[in-house]
Amino acid sequence: MSLYSSTTFMEHNSHPDYKYEMDAPTHTHDGVNPSCGDELTLTLRVEDGVIEEAAFTGHGCAISQASADIMADLITGESVEEAKCLSRLFLAMIRGEELSEDDFEDLDEAAQLRDISHMPARVKCAELAWRTLDSMLAE
Amino acid sequence: MIDTENVTCDTCTAPAGMTVDASDEASRNWPRVDIEANSYKADFPLFAARPEVVFLDSGATSQRPQCVLDAQADFYRTMNANPLRGLYSLSVEATQAIADVRAQIARFIGVVDEHGRARASEVVFCRNTSEALNIVAKCFAPTVLEPGDEVAITIMEHHSNLIPWQQVCAATGAKLVYLYPTKTGEFSDEEIAAKIGPRTKIVSAAHVSNVLGVENPIAKLAAAVHAQGGHMVVDAAQSIPHMPVDVQELGADFLAFSAHKVFGPMGVGVLWGRAELLDAAEPLLTGGEMIDSVTEQGAVWAPVPEKFEAGTQDAAGIYATGVALDYLERVGLAAVAEREAALTHYAMSRMVELPFVDIIGSIYWDRHHGPISFNVRGIHPHDVASIMDMDGVCIRAGHHCAQPLLTWLGVENLACCRMSLAFYNDKADIDRFIESLQHVWNVFNG
Repeated sequence: MSLYSSTTFMEHNSHPDYKYEMDAPTHTHDGVNPSCGDELTLTLRVEDGVIEEAAFTGHGCAISQASADIMADLITGESVEEAKCLSRLFLAMIRGEELSEDDFEDLDEAAQLRDISHMPARVKCAELAWRTLDSMLAE
Repeated sequence: MIDTENVTCDTCTAPAGMTVDASDEASRNWPRVDIEANSYKADFPLFAARPEVVFLDSGATSQRPQCVLDAQADFYRTMNANPLRGLYSLSVEATQAIADVRAQIARFIGVVDEHGRARASEVVFCRNTSEALNIVAKCFAPTVLEPGDEVAITIMEHHSNLIPWQQVCAATGAKLVYLYPTKTGEFSDEEIAAKIGPRTKIVSAAHVSNVLGVENPIAKLAAAVHAQGGHMVVDAAQSIPHMPVDVQELGADFLAFSAHKVFGPMGVGVLWGRAELLDAAEPLLTGGEMIDSVTEQGAVWAPVPEKFEAGTQDAAGIYATGVALDYLERVGLAAVAEREAALTHYAMSRMVELPFVDIIGSIYWDRHHGPISFNVRGIHPHDVASIMDMDGVCIRAGHHCAQPLLTWLGVENLACCRMSLAFYNDKADIDRFIESLQHVWNVFNG
């Protein structure tokens, strides 16, 4: 498992850029991973169908925290539709489905989590932020 | 020796800043067993098949010696027939094999009459400790519980000795009452007197906590509930691999354990109960092999234990369980306890040297019987376990099926790490565990 030895990944856990309380979010959604006790509140500021700002609060294991920070970074500046598409890609990757090189490029840093499919016990940690985003945008 | 001079931790049940002087420690006589030597490991084929593995999760399930694996296969190879049903000699032999193990288990846990003869019919086979405790809670408890009565359990119960009691209390109108230990993990006489009273019909408690590793004062609890005319249920899942268990010494009325935690196969559980109490209880499952007679509109149950053993039992597993207990007796429970004490002493003395490790539960090594729970400061237990897995070290992380306990302890994330020892572990295992803990810390604080 190389995730823990990736300095960039671990940096997202120890110094997350997007972990803060947003002033005036347009969207707020809670996610829980009962197996780890991870709790996450995801907030978005969406203007004209574009995610202008994404942030999260909460606590949990390194994988859930880093994954949330990477996701927030990735979806900032994207349209809601693009974010939905990224979320579909990410969850497919986590389930171990085959993705194209282009897909991996779109996922950028989040593609680091591809190996989590070999750690079934930790899949829910990696998915937490993305599942929270998914159900938020589905509403 | 454990230097507790500077031990402070958030979740430790020892009072914060507690120190122990050397004389106190010395008086505890830690066992001088050669834990570098390990003549047991070779008995367990998994360690040869997976030499990279340091197995410190025996509290979840033990490894099994070759003789147990052979027994399971031998049953199918040489005596396979459905017990109880057949009239031919092969089936009779299979039936006898199970009867022999039933008597063996009865003797193993002290279920003997005044002449030392096993009271084998009081031993019921089921799938695991959970099922055994469900039989007690759902089949026996309703025969004694009335609205307003109380069932007392401890806060350190495994969910399998907790949820069934929640259910039966909800169904009967009884109240579920919790016993809380002191900060050093003990149940005070005041707590016992306050929680076990005239309304208490049942006390159910773990003999050894699967999280804290502490041995609970079952005999004291039993005396208290018997004084009120109630009954004592013992979850022995975590004690039976580590210490002699005698239902008479404990004052138990029911006792449950699983074969797979005591070097036997998965899928075999044991429930012992006093004959008259089992007689009064309804069966949990009904169907084949548990009846005396059946008519179109009714059935007469077979006597105990068959009444509780509907359907075909895991005969090979039961046979192998007998071989597992034989193996354990050959090793000797005294030798097991002494070696595990030495291992625990060494492990805890190394753990308290790591300033980033907080032990959850007693800081005294002699209060731990298998499990040592801990957290690594600022690092989620699941991250700890995943990184230790990279080093081949198997520990458990999570709520350990004891969420009310972790809530009560105030453990962050409702999760902690647990290493749990068995006699087949050695000093090298613990050294690698400690190295791996340092690795975990370095990954996050490089």
